[in-house]
Amino acid sequence: MVELTPAPFAPGRYPLVVVGSGPGALQLTYSLRRLGIEHAVISADDAPGGMFRRWPIFQRMLSWTKPYAEAERGSTAYERFDWNSLLADEAEHRAIMPGVMDGTSYFPSRPEMERGLVAFAERTALQVRYGCRWESTRLDGGDLVLVTSDGEYRAPIAVFAVGVAEPWRPPVLAVAGVEQYGDLRPAETYADRRIFIVGKQNSGFEIATGLLPWARQIVLASPSPTRLSVDVRSLVGVRARYVQPYEDWALAGGVVVLDASIESVEPREGRFIVTTKSPQDGSALTFDVDDVIAATGFTSPLRDLPQLGVATFGQSRLPAQTSFWESATVPGIFFAGTIMQGSHGLRKHGIPSNSGAVQGYRYNARVLARHIAEEKLGMRLERRRLAADDVVPFLLAEASRGPELWHQRAYLARVVAVDADGPYDDGIQPLAHFVDDSGPDAVAMTLEANGKDDPYPAVYVRAKGPVREKLLAPHPLLDFEGEAYRRELADTVHDALDRALAR
Amino acid sequence: MEVRDDVVDILAGFALFSDLATPELESVAQTLDESWFKADERVIRQGLTGSGFYVILDGTATIRVDGKDRATLRPGDYFGEISCLLGEPPVSDIVAQRPLRCLVLPCERLEEFLVAHPRVLFRLLQGEARKVRNTTRWLS
Repeated sequence: MVELTPAPFAPGRYPLVVVGSGPGALQLTYSLRRLGIEHAVISADDAPGGMFRRWPIFQRMLSWTKPYAEAERGSTAYERFDWNSLLADEAEHRAIMPGVMDGTSYFPSRPEMERGLVAFAERTALQVRYGCRWESTRLDGGDLVLVTSDGEYRAPIAVFAVGVAEPWRPPVLAVAGVEQYGDLRPAETYADRRIFIVGKQNSGFEIATGLLPWARQIVLASPSPTRLSVDVRSLVGVRARYVQPYEDWALAGGVVVLDASIESVEPREGRFIVTTKSPQDGSALTFDVDDVIAATGFTSPLRDLPQLGVATFGQSRLPAQTSFWESATVPGIFFAGTIMQGSHGLRKHGIPSNSGAVQGYRYNARVLARHIAEEKLGMRLERRRLAADDVVPFLLAEASRGPELWHQRAYLARVVAVDADGPYDDGIQPLAHFVDDSGPDAVAMTLEANGKDDPYPAVYVRAKGPVREKLLAPHPLLDFEGEAYRRELADTVHDALDRALAR
Repeated sequence: MEVRDDVVDILAGFALFSDLATPELESVAQTLDESWFKADERVIRQGLTGSGFYVILDGTATIRVDGKDRATLRPGDYFGEISCLLGEPPVSDIVAQRPLRCLVLPCERLEEFLVAHPRVLFRLLQGEARKVRNTTRWLS
């Protein structure tokens, strides 16, 4: 006779409630548990994985995991080359993804990604109350009350890791029969058909790539020009995996990539008449197509949080957040996972953080867990003391190999601060917090990119006044530990750390 | 949810974009990213590289030089263009006075943007001319 394990986290009051069971929620609950923070985790799904249980629709990820890399698998430095594994302190739970991939591609398939997340949850014995749907929210004194399908959860702190995966379409595409990302038919049913895709970002090009072998013709249209990741040297642009339709257009192979706004979409005898207008000269074009697909972005399922006062912005309706991913307008409500991209940081040179992807938000989760522990729960976490002579080599090693800095450029920084007893490692912090908030004399090391050159270390010094910025030179081999870097960094940090570094 | 249509409508009412027809406004709305800042949050930081050109959609902001408040910016106002055009870090902080909603374009893309939208370039030049005129009056 099978003995069923009772579902964990019965409704009731907890110090903290996490909503979700995708990678963002899994990473956060793991990090909270490592700090000994009691909390409940609830999810409407019936197994771990979040959106990766269904998407990407063409079943292979955009983010790579290199089975062989210039760092030993399982080391911290290896994380730079493995964008998909969640982070663990125990060696046996690190770098799970290369172990579940079949070796045919360094982009995991969707089932491999799902398997990796399930393996992480099982091996680290994460507990989630599955099948428990968050339905509504209210404030009651100092508590948030989450009404769920299983009952009410109360907590002074709630973290929502519910993804940004609800397809959004503009009113002009609110026409019966217009499809969207997530509800496409099997690819072969598009055989010999004319397909009009609205949207020229990754999701539009992903669909075009998947349908390229089948379609008679593909048109991709949106008002602003396409940008490619290889041109802008960031993840802002369309990724190389989806560039084939773009090349087809560039070589006049039949695909049309059009800068145009959509004026109208009219169903006609099982087809659609799409009219577009050029932003340059207002000229109109008309297309007679078999299918129209909206690839116009995604929103976050925040339910009634906006009615509670959670400010949102942009087409994705992301919640406005502090540097530590707390709602900018309703204290006690935090966000994890891909929603963290709403905390924009400095966005230097217009390059956003990688907080919208696993390789970015997995680090945010660790920072958030420590922030909640110290700032909300009154815990004091230990800081590692550093010898004065070790500060410069430590910071340069972080710039060369620290995965937080590599994946979250100009967004997360390694901070070394100074008190009466000398320098100490003040951990990974959001750079915007370091630059904008007061604190002890300290140095923050981060990596930055400007969209043109190789990444370069950037140092921020806080010493008796405003924070100063110092950019170090790029290096063709991305090695920042040479003597020239040592000398320049030592000169740069001297002001801030002179008490500690004085010999 | 007509978020971007909302942006297009707001832009249509601003002097900077008043010469543009709807398809071009839609292109502008899609080219610039939307950002949101809470009260007292810094939007532009004096002396730091990698800034951008901002247009205020909603809210107000302070121009703060060396910690001293100099002027207030309102919806339709823009800032950051001097730093972008000169390729130098900003000489002032811009700080949200209350929740501030902006569109932003990184400095690296401003030239391409202005050349692609010459009527916006002309309106921007008019704005800069007003600033020079006001400064000249103030100095005299």
